[in-house]
Amino acid sequence: MTKPFIAARAVNVFYGANQALFDIDLDIEANKVTALIGPSGCGKSTLLRSINRMNDLIAACRFDGSLQIGGQDVYAPAVDVVALRAQVGMVFQKPNPFPKSIYENVAYGLKIHRLATSKREMQDRVEWSLKSAGLWDEVADRLDEPGNSLSGGQQQRLCIARTIAVQPKVILMDEPCSALDPIATAVVEELIDSLRKDYTIVIVTHSMQQAARISQRTAFFHMGKLIEVGHTKDVFTNPQNEQTQNYITGRIG
Amino acid sequence: MKHIAPIRFGRVGVFVNGKITPMADQMLILTQTIRPKWLDRLVIALLAAAACVAILVTAGIVLSLVFETLQFFNKVPVMDFLFGLDWSPQTAIRADQVGAGGSFGAIPLINGTFLISAIAMAVATPLGLTSAVYLSEYATKRTRDWIKPTLEILAGIPTVVYGFFAALTVAPFIRMTGGQFGLEIASESALAAGIVMGIMILPLISSLSGDVINAVPQSLRDASYGLGATHSETIRRVVLPAALPGIAGSLLLAASRAIGETMIVLMAAGMAAKLTANPLEAVTTITVQIVALLTGDQEFDSAKTLSAFALGLLLFALTLCLNVIALGIVRKYREHYD
Amino acid sequence: MINFSKHAGFNLSRRHRAEQRFQWAGRFAILISLAFLVIMLGSIFRDASGVMRQSQIAVAVDLGPEAIDAADIANISFGKILKSAMRARFPDVMKRKDKKRLYNLVSPEASFEIKRQLTNDPALFGRVQTLWLTASDDLDLYLRGKIDTSLPENQRQISDAQIAWIKDLKQAGQIRRVVNWNFLTNGDSREPEIAGILSALVGSLFSLAVCFSLSFPIGIGAAIFLEEFAPTNRITSLIEVNINNLAAVPSIVFGLLGLSIFLGYFGLPRSSPLVGGMVLALMTLPTIIIAARAALKSVPPSFKQAALALGATPVQAVFHHVLPAALPGMLTGAIVGMAQALGETAPLLMIGMVAFIVDVPQSILEPATALPVQIFLWADSPERAFTEKTAAAIIVLLVLLIAMNLSVILLRRKLEQRF
Ligand SMILES: Nc1ncnc2c1ncn2[C@@H]1O[C@H](COP(=O)(O)OP(=O)(O)OP(=O)(O)O)[C@@H](O)[C@H]1O
Ligand SMILES: [Mg+2]
Repeated sequence: MTKPFIAARAVNVFYGANQALFDIDLDIEANKVTALIGPSGCGKSTLLRSINRMNDLIAACRFDGSLQIGGQDVYAPAVDVVALRAQVGMVFQKPNPFPKSIYENVAYGLKIHRLATSKREMQDRVEWSLKSAGLWDEVADRLDEPGNSLSGGQQQRLCIARTIAVQPKVILMDEPCSALDPIATAVVEELIDSLRKDYTIVIVTHSMQQAARISQRTAFFHMGKLIEVGHTKDVFTNPQNEQTQNYITGRIG
Repeated sequence: MKHIAPIRFGRVGVFVNGKITPMADQMLILTQTIRPKWLDRLVIALLAAAACVAILVTAGIVLSLVFETLQFFNKVPVMDFLFGLDWSPQTAIRADQVGAGGSFGAIPLINGTFLISAIAMAVATPLGLTSAVYLSEYATKRTRDWIKPTLEILAGIPTVVYGFFAALTVAPFIRMTGGQFGLEIASESALAAGIVMGIMILPLISSLSGDVINAVPQSLRDASYGLGATHSETIRRVVLPAALPGIAGSLLLAASRAIGETMIVLMAAGMAAKLTANPLEAVTTITVQIVALLTGDQEFDSAKTLSAFALGLLLFALTLCLNVIALGIVRKYREHYD
Repeated sequence: MINFSKHAGFNLSRRHRAEQRFQWAGRFAILISLAFLVIMLGSIFRDASGVMRQSQIAVAVDLGPEAIDAADIANISFGKILKSAMRARFPDVMKRKDKKRLYNLVSPEASFEIKRQLTNDPALFGRVQTLWLTASDDLDLYLRGKIDTSLPENQRQISDAQIAWIKDLKQAGQIRRVVNWNFLTNGDSREPEIAGILSALVGSLFSLAVCFSLSFPIGIGAAIFLEEFAPTNRITSLIEVNINNLAAVPSIVFGLLGLSIFLGYFGLPRSSPLVGGMVLALMTLPTIIIAARAALKSVPPSFKQAALALGATPVQAVFHHVLPAALPGMLTGAIVGMAQALGETAPLLMIGMVAFIVDVPQSILEPATALPVQIFLWADSPERAFTEKTAAAIIVLLVLLIAMNLSVILLRRKLEQRF
């Protein structure tokens, strides 16, 4: 096994008195797509949001344990969440473009981090991001139109373009296709697969087929506990745990 | 067990062959109601009449203002009123006196009204918006729970109290401070009235725009945080732009309140109809002149008295436009996010 | 290599400084607003504190049989008696000008006070009596140190001779300061030491009574219609638009409406609380309607459905079941509206409720003024003593408003426990 890029050790997460994650030990490898699956409410989003500390925004949420990315402790006091999130991007369940133009949506991260030194460079980076997200051909001549004038699938790819514009190391995706139709889903899945060589991707999904199609590794969660993790093929064809077996065959969930 | 007589539904019977026969017990009456229909109709008609009072009031306002204004325009040309640069409505004592009719150019009043409202907005907009942002984005629930009601006290204080404070505390203070810097400031300056009016409309702006800011969906904030934006960057670059239409609506409502405000300007701004943009001078406003023209002795048909109604119509039209636009923007904005 | 620390680039230190600045700007804005509130209320309280007590002078007035005729109170010149009493106290004063100054130590109303005390207690007749009479406002200000005695004599309200007399009186224990109940029990007056707010207060109460009895029934009627019975058509939406816009019409425009229609067209009595209340009713109507509709909306629909299922007509269902449940909420809305009406000044100026009213109005048809208008009138008076009266009247007004708003808060608390 290659050295893990993201390593969670004894992670417990609480919402007030309510514990959402129990003693999670999980390794996530670089330049692979890791799928988190499990029934609703089992804590997939909670784990995902713990990775780039989006849970800091929820006052009642408390993290316990250790989480390292590239050997750096994410919850160390010296860590600056701004720097963390700039390098660990996130794509959400519902496409949420800013009420700005398509161009401004992609340029947003570049602007706040001042990653482009000239207007020229900004344009180049926006174009590169849109191309990487496979959206360029569709929006090249309408960059000034509002982001929400696009279709749902295009909006989600815009959100992905927005995320990769700042060139993070990790992209976290929380059910990125659940609001999309099958065709748009296929396009986004293809995109995710193509992004794998440059980014480490963690994706939460409710679709077993999707997990099987796009991920190399799969982790199965149940009631806040990590039940099983391994190569996607193994998890789906030869699950070690009975609960996993039940879930992927549709008996619980 | 005690025997209870079956209930008969009042006077109802069945009309058969010219006489009323009592109804059989098992029969359902579905056509006749027990209660006379006209009573319900009357009640509903009365309620509808009450609702129509709202229309009557608007009609009353428009009709009375328009009627008197038309009479005024019989004596003074419309153009002289709307574009005249001189306001001195005192009717002459002798008929042959110079300027016997007085002059009724509303521009200096409009100028004064806008000058003071602009000062008020310049005070209230930054203060109101920043407090709204701080309260809804940064303050803890406990802080918010006592600061919000405290700020709302400002909204509940009658304007005559603000006027008293403006005239007796703020104006002398500004005059004194200005004096120390060698500035000549009128004792009734537009600045004093404007600042105090700004404080008066501040809670309106902060509470309305606070609502608007809270209505911005969390998903937009999440998207921004997810890209590594700081809290203030998220507010300035995502939340405020997204809330902009609603904020604009709340600012327009506040501006309309400032333009229609009477007591503060009456007590602190003075009577001098001057065409100036200098906030240190005394100016007068539409509302002040309406009061000045209509209090004290008055002949009902003089141009002087009638001009007050023309000013009233101007004021009404002005604030109505602002309100309609503001309410329209706010409604559009709500639909946008619901 | 990955780096999440503060030195990871991304302009972190600059951006965190900007974040701090932004937060401080917010705190600062709130602080300014609160400071303004505190300064405003503080300065008003400071000004008003002087009105808490008033000064009185003990004057030995000769009520003996040779001075006055007890049988004929109406024709006695109490002014003369008072003057001679003052002269008797300071027999050295000779010059006309000085005598006048001497008389000015007591309020011009003091002679009426003698008369009133005699009428109330005829036993006082027959000999020299020492009566406590209201002192002039200048004396009161001087006693409280509000007059700058270092100024040259001709630039201040009180002369050196007067100061000497006051000191003399004080040493003899003939000056005292008592709680100023007169402020609450007197009507307006040209003399600040006598002026009180009772007539304005009664005028306000009359206006509010008229306002409430018009706007409450009309307001809830309109609300019930719009919430429960209105068909969805153009007229209904016209009414709704109207109500929203009326809520934002400047109050002075309502005054113009009252002047031209209630006074001009219907010829109702000018300056009367009747007209004032009618104008205020139109003004508060939108507030009441909007609050009443919210109250109706908050009643669970099951109330109405249960009644309808028992065979009640829609009207019965609304009046027997929905309305009682919504009434407390409507009442809070009405109190908010009344508080708004109580503080309103401008429309009352338009319909002439700015008169100088000494006597307490006896009916809603008599000329009257209102508390905020009284504040406006006093604020305009040049005398320093009237400034203090203004501040004190403001405090009375604010106390009334606070009481109304407290009752709203308490009512709301009760309401929240119910459904
Ligand atoms: N903001 C929150 N406050 C309190 N509890 C929360 C919050 N968010 C999630 N939880 C709780 O934490 C647990 C895990 O939630 P989480 O959103 O991680 O589940 P999930 O696996 O993503 O579910 P889904 O598939 O439905 O998205 C749930 O029991 C949920 O009720
Ligand atoms: Mg989830």
